[in-house]
Formats: sequence, C-alpha cells, structure tokens
Amino acid sequence: MASITTTARRSALTRNRLPRYAIWAAVVVGLVLGAALSTLVGFNPFGWGVFAAIVFTAVYVAWSGVVEGSRKAKDKLATCLVVGAFLVALLPLISVIWTVLVEGTKGLATPGFLTTSMNGVSGIQDNESASDGTKVLGGIYHSLLGTLLITLWATIISVPIGLLTSVYLVEYGNGNRLSRGITFFVDVMTGIPSIVAGLFAAALFATIFGPGTKTGFVAAVALSVLMIPVVVRSSEEMLRIVPNELREASYALGVRKWRTILKVVIPTAISGIASGVTLAIARVIGETAPILVTAGFATKINTNVFADWMSSLPTFIYTQILNPTSPSNPDPSLQRAWGAALVLIICVMILNLVARLVARFFAPKTGR
Amino acid sequence: MTRTAGEMTPATSKGPDVTTTQTKTPEQAEGPRPLSAREGAGGDKIFSGAALAAGAIILVVLFAVAVFLIAQALPALVAPQDQIAGGKGFWAYILPLVIGTVIAAVIALVIATPISIGVALFISHYAPREIAQILGYVIDLLAAIPSVVFGAWGISFLAPALVPGYNWLSSTLGWIPIFAGPPSATGKTIMTASVVLAVMIIPIITSISREIFLQTPKLHEEAALALGATRWEMVKMAVFPFARPGVISAVMLGLGRALGETMAVALVLSSGPLLASLIKSGNQTIAAEIALNFPEASGLSLSTLIAAGLVLFVITLVVNVVARWVISRHKEFSGAN
Repeated sequence: MASITTTARRSALTRNRLPRYAIWAAVVVGLVLGAALSTLVGFNPFGWGVFAAIVFTAVYVAWSGVVEGSRKAKDKLATCLVVGAFLVALLPLISVIWTVLVEGTKGLATPGFLTTSMNGVSGIQDNESASDGTKVLGGIYHSLLGTLLITLWATIISVPIGLLTSVYLVEYGNGNRLSRGITFFVDVMTGIPSIVAGLFAAALFATIFGPGTKTGFVAAVALSVLMIPVVVRSSEEMLRIVPNELREASYALGVRKWRTILKVVIPTAISGIASGVTLAIARVIGETAPILVTAGFATKINTNVFADWMSSLPTFIYTQILNPTSPSNPDPSLQRAWGAALVLIICVMILNLVARLVARFFAPKTGR
Repeated sequence: MTRTAGEMTPATSKGPDVTTTQTKTPEQAEGPRPLSAREGAGGDKIFSGAALAAGAIILVVLFAVAVFLIAQALPALVAPQDQIAGGKGFWAYILPLVIGTVIAAVIALVIATPISIGVALFISHYAPREIAQILGYVIDLLAAIPSVVFGAWGISFLAPALVPGYNWLSSTLGWIPIFAGPPSATGKTIMTASVVLAVMIIPIITSISREIFLQTPKLHEEAALALGATRWEMVKMAVFPFARPGVISAVMLGLGRALGETMAVALVLSSGPLLASLIKSGNQTIAAEIALNFPEASGLSLSTLIAAGLVLFVITLVVNVVARWVISRHKEFSGAN
C-alpha cells in the first residue's frame, strides 16, 4: 500500500495523485460508516468488518477515480480485491484454530484424558457426568496408540518403496518408457480420493483373508497408497537437484553406481528427503476415511496391528461427533472429540515444523 | 622443482605439479590393491533391481486397485435391480450421488477459485518480498489441518453461523429454485458442506497458482511497467496470459480433491434425496455415502458401496488426467509438483 501514496512535493509529475493521507482517511470513513451500517442490521464485529471493508473500497476507489482517472482507480480496486481475498482466506484458518483451541483445552485438561481408553465408558457414565457435573471419563490413549502404530507401519511400507522408486526415476530411468509410465501413474495416485484408497485395501484383504478383515495393518496399507506418491514426488525432486558434478566426481574415482547413490547422492539430499517424508506423515496422520473402512473403531487398547479392530484419533473424533457415546447427552462426547482434535492438530503442526526445521538446518552446504 | 611461495601464479604452478604426478604414477600403481573389474558389480545389480522393483510395485498396486475394486464391485453391477438399495438398480442408486458430488464440488470451486487466485497474486506480486514466504507458509498451514477437524468445525461453528444467511437467501431470493425454502434450521446443508470444501481446496489451488505466477518472465513484467502500465494492468497483460493454462490445471486438481473429499461432507451434511435447493437438508455425495454406510455394510450392500467407490475413482481419474495433460502440454509451467 505504501507505494501507492504520493511524495509530498507537488510537481508536474505528481499532480493528479491522491494525497498521502487518502488511504487513512478512507480507512476512517470505512470504519465509521461500516459501524453505522452494521448497526442498522444488528451490530456484530464480523458485520462491522465486512461493511467497513466494502465502504473503504468504495470510497478509496471512487476518490481515486475522480482525482487520478479510471486506470489508477481500477488498479486500486484490484489491489483492494487481492488483499481482501487474502484476508478472507485467513478467516477460516483463524476460526478453525481458535475453535479447536477453545473447545479442545477443556477436554485435554481433564485428568486421564491422554492415559485412559474408552473401554467401559458407556452412556451411563456420560449421563452421570452431565447431570452431576463430575469429570468426563474416558480418553484417547487407545486412539493415540492406534494412530502411532498405523502411521508407523504406513511409513515402514511407504518410505523404502517411495525412495527406491525415486532413485529409479532419477538415476536409472533416464526418461525411458517405464519411468514415464511410473511418473504418470504416481501423479494419478496423488489424485486418488482417500476413501477409494481405503476401499482398495479393504477389497484386497477381503479377497485374500475373507470378508470383514479389519485390522490396523489394512489401514496402514491404505495409508501407504496415499503416502507413496507424496514420498516419490518429494524425494525425486530432492535427488534431481543433487549436482551432477558430485556423481561424476565419484564415478571418476572408480566408485560403483550403487555406492555413489548410497554414499554421495542420498546423503546430499537427505535433509530434503527427510522433510518430504515428515510432510507425507503429517498428511496421512489426519486421514479419516481410509481408516474408517479398514480398521473399524475400537474402544479398547489394541497394540497388535495384525489382529482386531483398532482406533485412531481421526476416527475417534468422527465417531464421537456422529454417534455420541450417550445419544441423550452428547456434550461429554463432544468434549472428548475436541480434545482429540486439539491433540491431532498439535501432532500435525509439530510434524510440519520439524519438516521445515530439518529442511533448513540439515541442508547440505553446497558452497555455491 | 622447488616452489617459491607467493611468486608463482596458480596457473604456472600447476604445470610442474602435473609433471610430478605423472612421473609418480608407476610407483603408485603398486601401492593400493588394484580393483578388479567385477568387484561390486553384484551390488549394482541388486540395487538397480530393487529400484526397478519398487517402481514396478507402484504400477502393480495401481493395477491391483482397479482389479480388486472391480472384482468386489461386480456383484452389485450384475445383481437384479430390486436387490440394490432403493430398488431400482445400481445406476439409479448412483446417479443422484454423482450429481450431488458434482454440485458440491462445483460450488466449492466457484467459491475457492477467485479467492485462491487473489491470495496467490497477493503472495507473488503484492505482498512485500520479506513477508511473502511467511504468508505462503500460513496458507500451507491451512492445507495441513486434517479434514475431520474441518468437518467438526463445519458442524459446530460454520453451520449455525450460516443459518441467518440461509434465512435471508430464502426470503429474498426464494423464487430461484436453488434457494427455495424453508431453509434448514441447523444449517447442515450441501451449501455449508461446499463452503467447507472450498476452504479445504483453497491452499491447493493457491500453492500451484503462486508457483506459476512467480515463474512469469521478469522481462515481460518490467516491460509492461516501463510502458507506464499500472500494477493491475501489468498483471493482466504479463502474468495472466502466461499463467492461464497452469491456473486451469490447478483448479482441476482442486476439483479432483473436492470430488473425493469425504469427512467434511459426511460430518456437515445432513443427507437425504437429491434436491434442487442448496439450503435445505438433503443431497448426498458418493464419498460421504460410503463412509456413513460402510461400517454396517456386508454382502451385496458392501459391493454396492465399493462399486460407488469405483465410480468416484473413475470420475476423479478423468479430472486428474485432464489436469495433468494440460500441465504436460505446457511443461514450462510445471509448478504442480
């Protein structure tokens, strides 16, 4: 915005330009008129903001149109719209994080929330806590454990396959037909709806082990379908920016190709690869639909991914909201769901932060 | 040869060094054990084989996705009409769901596209250079929030907040079929679901568009500015023509995501039969239908749901392939990665 305002001196070059205070004057007019207009329809801060923005834009653009002509006015209108779009996009982000923080802290602050499961917690206990005001029983220990195990297995499956595939694409493929096919289908995999990935894993295991096979491992396979393309794409990008001089220097010393890749290429790109894998984990840790159709939902602690249903944080949130433990008193269930949502968001944010820090601090020193 | 320090330029000092190493070579050859030509070749074979196998696994998995889905879906496709939910056969069952899915995704796109392009422009051309990258991270945060949290936010915050808006729409614009009343009292409508979907695809379209806007040739931009264009005219003349195909494919990728999104719709929408009105409870999407009914499904109803998943897969596949095709036609705009 600062660049739009004019310099103080009014020479021939700066004639027909808005004075420097124009933008602030328009802001004040917008705020005042916006408050007045929003009082007409019932005052609330959100309405005030919207009306103020509209009035500000109208005043500022009209003023500019009178003083500066239509081209400058259009430019100012576009600037207002672009900045407005950004502010509008921020609203849901702030709103979501605020809602989760406000609603979630109550659940998270309940003693035992992180260390107990939902085993034995039924509608009776929830009705009691709602009527007597006692503490809400039950927690997310089983879901936390399930999320960790399922994500761990998904990572164990996806990372070797994804990394080796990207090595093939970059080091061996040379743009042949197979590598072009892989690139194309990896792109296609990126677009698979998460629920279809879940259905695939369910259908695969139903065909092999009979219908109704729902375990944590099936969920891990479903998540791998979503995770592999992300790992392949990010590692491929990182391997491609390793300078060719490094490979050639290694070959010139007589080092075999596989040792060159293991000792030179991958170590150079490892920070990027690690951050890509972390982002991929952050992406799948919040997936609900594939786990819902592959691992069911449990209320008990289950540490065996190869047998029995397993709970996870996203499915816990989903079932607690949609089918509260006590249908007549959904509040305890909602409190648990928001607490779980807060834990999940914290996990995802930490993973994202770690990915960025890894990418920044362990980046190879190229010296160029 | 002796070197006098500081007198020789690097270029002249190189000459003697080369000759000395050349004279030394025969002695050195006896030093370390000579490598045989075959040594380590096995490692090469194993490693390249593993890399090839990993690549092949991806193709096999995708092929398997198609095969297993078709195999499990087949009973629903060939079953007699009256045994499918709704009693009129699979295609009569799936058609309203397909329409509902497309409606929700298209509304989401209509909302998200202008906002995303605005945000991308803001980050690439309007915001001060120092904070532009941070703003990009902030928008990426939006992409990191799990869909189930968006769903929970939609059902508990957004839906009640939109109810007054729906009441106003139905009272003033109620003569248009899509705003026909009476509106839902809880706000759990397809319109709310679409708004949540829009919020979820904004970061996708934004991040791709931003990359493409940043790739606009600097010379074009500066030429436009030098001719006296305002910033908006520069964007219109230099940035948009350059970025158009890339932005179109970004929007297509966002569409693919909106079509397949499950949780936001399953939680937010109070589903029902296909309706023209967007502000009444009703309508349903394929993904939400699967998520809601899968836990209790077995036998033929399970096959029906898997067949529905197959239909969803085909739709998103077509959208994504078209988007990728547009991108690959303009390779220089490959900001989609």
